[in-house]
Amino acid sequence: MISFTVNGRRVDVDVDPSTPLLWVLRENLGLTGTKYGCGMAQCGACTVHLDGQALRSCVAPVSRVAGRKVTTIEGLSPDLGHPLQRAWIAEDVPQCGYCQSGQLMSAAVLLREKPQPTDQDIDEAMTGNICRCGTYPRIRKAIHRAAEMMKGGAK
Amino acid sequence: MSASLLERREFLKFSLTASGGLLVGLYIPNGAKDAFARETSGTAFMPNAFVRIGNDERITVIVNHSEMGQGVYTSLPMLLAEELDADWNKVGFEPAPVDPKYNHPAFGMQMTGGSSSVWSGFEQFRNAGAAARAMLIAAAAEKWNADPATLRTDSGAVLDRNNRKLTYGQLAETAARMKPPEKVALKDPKTFKLIGKPKSRLDTPEKVNGKAIFGLDVKQPGMLTAVVARPPIFGAKLRSFDDSRTRSMPGVRRVVAVPSGVAVIADTFWQAKVARDALKVDWDEGAMASFNTAQMMQQFRERAQSPGKQVRHDGDPDGALASAAKKIEAVYEVPYVPHAMMEPLNCAVDLRSDSCEIWTGTQFQTVDRAAAAKVAALPDEKVKINTTYLGGGFGRRANPQSDFVVEAVHIAKAAGAPVKVVWTREDDMQGGFYRPAFVHAIAGGIDANGKALTFRSRIVGQSIMAGTMFATMMGLDKKGYDPASVEGLDDLPYDIPNIGVESHQAEINVPVQWWRSVGHSHTAFAKECFIDELAGVAGRDPYQFRRDLLQKQPRHLGVLDLAAQKAGWGKPLPEGRGRGIAVHASFESYAAQVAEVSVTDGLVRVHKLVCAIDCGRYVNPGIIAAQTEGAAIFAASAALFQELTFDGGRLQQTNFHTLPMMRMNECPEIETHIVENNEKSGGIGEPGVPCTAPAIANAVFAATGKRIRKLPIRMTEAV
Repeated sequence: MISFTVNGRRVDVDVDPSTPLLWVLRENLGLTGTKYGCGMAQCGACTVHLDGQALRSCVAPVSRVAGRKVTTIEGLSPDLGHPLQRAWIAEDVPQCGYCQSGQLMSAAVLLREKPQPTDQDIDEAMTGNICRCGTYPRIRKAIHRAAEMMKGGAK
Repeated sequence: MSASLLERREFLKFSLTASGGLLVGLYIPNGAKDAFARETSGTAFMPNAFVRIGNDERITVIVNHSEMGQGVYTSLPMLLAEELDADWNKVGFEPAPVDPKYNHPAFGMQMTGGSSSVWSGFEQFRNAGAAARAMLIAAAAEKWNADPATLRTDSGAVLDRNNRKLTYGQLAETAARMKPPEKVALKDPKTFKLIGKPKSRLDTPEKVNGKAIFGLDVKQPGMLTAVVARPPIFGAKLRSFDDSRTRSMPGVRRVVAVPSGVAVIADTFWQAKVARDALKVDWDEGAMASFNTAQMMQQFRERAQSPGKQVRHDGDPDGALASAAKKIEAVYEVPYVPHAMMEPLNCAVDLRSDSCEIWTGTQFQTVDRAAAAKVAALPDEKVKINTTYLGGGFGRRANPQSDFVVEAVHIAKAAGAPVKVVWTREDDMQGGFYRPAFVHAIAGGIDANGKALTFRSRIVGQSIMAGTMFATMMGLDKKGYDPASVEGLDDLPYDIPNIGVESHQAEINVPVQWWRSVGHSHTAFAKECFIDELAGVAGRDPYQFRRDLLQKQPRHLGVLDLAAQKAGWGKPLPEGRGRGIAVHASFESYAAQVAEVSVTDGLVRVHKLVCAIDCGRYVNPGIIAAQTEGAAIFAASAALFQELTFDGGRLQQTNFHTLPMMRMNECPEIETHIVENNEKSGGIGEPGVPCTAPAIANAVFAATGKRIRKLPIRMTEAV
């Protein structure tokens, strides 16, 4: 049995400890917002937070998160209220939408560490996340917009 | 599916090319009677197959096209809501079940592709909205005992002359008893409140909180997961397999041979995947075991030396070559490329003795249902397909053989429980159905005045249609070539007196399929690079040279001028940078792009792409811009990075580390400029693709003096 916290809730899972966190989240815990894209930390679709840091959950054995705090897209906000979610909606970022959970989770770490990111900061933080639909220009705009919202005092 | 309907697609395409205005009558679906059959359930009012109005004021638009990122869950509801005079804030959407009444009005089957959803739904969804509106008015007239002609609608309510008001929700029950109108009048476009406006996409909220359900996310009670060991070489046959280790692995329920390989069925994906990887499979490798793409391309190049099947012949292209004042020949090459949607293929099936329920992200509902029914030995009507969100499509999820659906039904037969088949990224990339590789050998000449005199193109590559149900329908045998291999060259718009287009069809046992923009994805590259080369021979500016040759093509000229002007064509650039231009029509839309690039240490950096798009009357300009940006990035990824190669019959690329995608740090600044006009709607999902590769290649020439004739662009191989 492995115990950890997901989106503020303690969970105990009985799985092979080498199972990647991604599949435990998706199949054992029903949190399907985190996506599978490559299985080798190449595309970022599976990005979650582990104790606040971005983690590619497709290559992280669940044993690694024992006793720690995991946040998934479902835990980013309860009500679409995170500035990034609001900015994503305002810029109409998603197309197919499949990679967007990972994009948002990567962007959330960036904004916490650099509340006013430059384009270069965005390049560095977001280059691990592939979007096949080509939403990059809108992701960039949305990150800047979210940064503006946060500067303006919004949460 | 009937052959005549597919032929009509051809007819539609060609009649569109010939003249713009012929089609309106054909938009009305043959099944209009069906589609307008009144359906009611509970307190909801369902005046026709495309809309349901609840007494809670919610308006649900039933969308017969799949949402794969192109925005149909927003643009098609906008069409219906416009004529319904709905309150846009109350409008939602729902994917249509599979039913003939949801067939594509032009293609005669339920499907999404060919950049056709908006133009084919333009009248269909508006008619459905207008019919519902008429019934709501009739309901209000009955309640008020008023003349319907005195009533009007606004934002989800019927009003009378005294501004007495009944909302659509209040009228839903009564409206359900009203007779559907025989005919409806549509709004004057000048009065549109939604169509043409930048409305936010309706599917965005659930795509930013993880709630959107894609095929891979489907879970049904008791559902198992299967991962399949498929042949490592196309055409290889299963000899035997050793599952002694696999069978005893945790969670494994069954290991079964199916026509596509060996399926490992387990409780979870990870268990199935680990167990699949532990399988020992012996394959009879077959004839493709010695296949390699380097040899294939060499054979293509050799074949391009001789005349092919004639596709187009204006004047005397060969004779004019002999008499040209100056001439040039060039060979262009494009590789196999995969669709590589972010969501790998998957399909979930619950097969019972008298029913089959499927959940998948598909572009091809009618074909998939028929194929599934055949495997399940059930009538089509017993097969239900739930269309989930598609994590990208790009053509791959419209498979004429329904490969990923057929396989899943076979596995469901063996599973004895609902089962979801999941392809790993490697399975997806190695699973075939790529954009075929092509060689284009083009020769051209100019006369003594520097005017283009002749253009002769020979195209060598595999047919997408050959061997599929579409071959006869598209008239392949009759023509002797595949129209999808030559589209974009067969209608070469340049005013050149001598034009030859010839096709050589290659028979290679690598499964190929339509890939975003289909034939245009390679014909535009060859054509627009060659026109640049011809301009060079003539000593002319490539933009002006095109202008002169497009004087009779106002819409080509319109986008060309717009892109050039917005990009500041001719204005000085920083040292080391170059601009390239391309123009191309596809899917009844017109596109031009200007790329600005630099090359450092052999690496091409695209700094900026300025795109002009003329897709006629559009529904949502935000989506037009998003599709144009996305198409350019999709195309730039392929032009700069992507190539599938085979050696010893095995694909050498497996995942994103060997098949790179454009990433944030490589993404250029992109500007999109939309031409405003009132032409009939064209496509938007694909027309942004074709210009990007040649615009970048031509810009590389401007920056470095090196011609690019091969994709992906590798400076070490530049001519």
